[in-house]
Amino acid sequence: MIEEGRALFLQIAESVEDSIIDGSLAEEAQAPSTNELAAFYRINPATAAKGVAMLTDKGVLYKRRGIGMFVAPGARELLMNERRTAFADRFVEPLLAEARKLGLGPEDLEQLIRDRAGAHVATTTEGNAR
Amino acid sequence: MTTGNNVIEVKNLTKRYRDVVAVDDVSFTIEKDTIYGLLGRNGAGKTTVMSILTAQNFATSGDVRVFGMQPYENAKVLSRMCFVRESQKYPDDALPKHAFGAAKLFFPAWDDELAAQLIDDFQLPQKTRIKKMSRGQLSAVGVIIGIASRAEITFFDEPYLGLDAVARQIFYDRLLEDYTEHPRTVILSSHLIDEVSNLIERVLVIDHGRIVMDEATDAVRDRAANIVGDASAVDAFVAGRQVIHRESLGNVASVTVLGALSLADRERLAAAGLDVAPVSLQQLIVRTTQNAAGSAASEEGALR
Repeated sequence: MIEEGRALFLQIAESVEDSIIDGSLAEEAQAPSTNELAAFYRINPATAAKGVAMLTDKGVLYKRRGIGMFVAPGARELLMNERRTAFADRFVEPLLAEARKLGLGPEDLEQLIRDRAGAHVATTTEGNAR
Repeated sequence: MTTGNNVIEVKNLTKRYRDVVAVDDVSFTIEKDTIYGLLGRNGAGKTTVMSILTAQNFATSGDVRVFGMQPYENAKVLSRMCFVRESQKYPDDALPKHAFGAAKLFFPAWDDELAAQLIDDFQLPQKTRIKKMSRGQLSAVGVIIGIASRAEITFFDEPYLGLDAVARQIFYDRLLEDYTEHPRTVILSSHLIDEVSNLIERVLVIDHGRIVMDEATDAVRDRAANIVGDASAVDAFVAGRQVIHRESLGNVASVTVLGALSLADRERLAAAGLDVAPVSLQQLIVRTTQNAAGSAASEEGALR
């Protein structure tokens, strides 16, 4: 769950962001507390607090006095935009680099993506039919 | 979170045993309510530092302040500290309840309920004399005292000997749980660096009696990277960077460099077909201490 070589507080913040993006943590819902995050990931509470503080600074979470942290309205949109901007760097660049190594050009990639995406659609509809 | 005030201040501490310098002009501070990892090789000086801080050993020179006071024969300081050491001795006939009873008398914040819970967790036999216990059971006695004493400063000096992976995880989990509810300062000395790396907020690395790293653990996590790939491409990339380790296999080189990689670095690496692998805290410390051992003390400031 936790990977080496990256700051832990960033990974904690990302795990909360992931829950917001996939909808399991809705806007205006109560976010996990620092202590809950620390206990779940078995990390130092100060590190978890740093991750939560980062999300608060970004406007993803806000504090209700005496109750806890909540997901801010508009948080999902904000995070989706951020992730879309980072998508090319995080996913397309390594894809292109590996493709180049294997002698696959952009056209080959395009074809591969269409084939795979088609297969995904097929399995999803199959799943729904069941 | 840390409040910024220090519970321990060490200035120019030196400890000499005849002609061996165990601790060499060391200065550092320990913040209140923070979990520290005190890491380093055997004989690096970890136990010596901890025993001086707990007044079980004398400094050759330098100044040690705990809660702003001298710890020697100072009951006001000593009853606020708990030192769990690997070689703790107990009276011959002592049962666990005697050891816990003594701890209860000595530590004002001792919690009976917590101790009972921990005895249960570690499945510690209550009717076995401590002298007859296995290495793991003996370690469990120390760990229980360390956690249940809720001392303001607790030192654990390699408390895990003989504990299996499950028991060690119980120790880490219970320590973290109780620390969350009752924040206090913990100094944990360990060789199992990757096991404790998520637990410790700050890392102190001691090597040959000197502090070679004193930083927030999270800041160290992306401090170094392994660059792997074609040797000439790797060499071109690492030119001008600080290299702390190098391995090669035929045409392939794996080089550990210090310094976080920028986005531009990563693009350059991808374009050159080089792979980046993370460096765990354990690898980083092993390589730092190997490096310091291999070359002179000039490397000592490398990670500051």
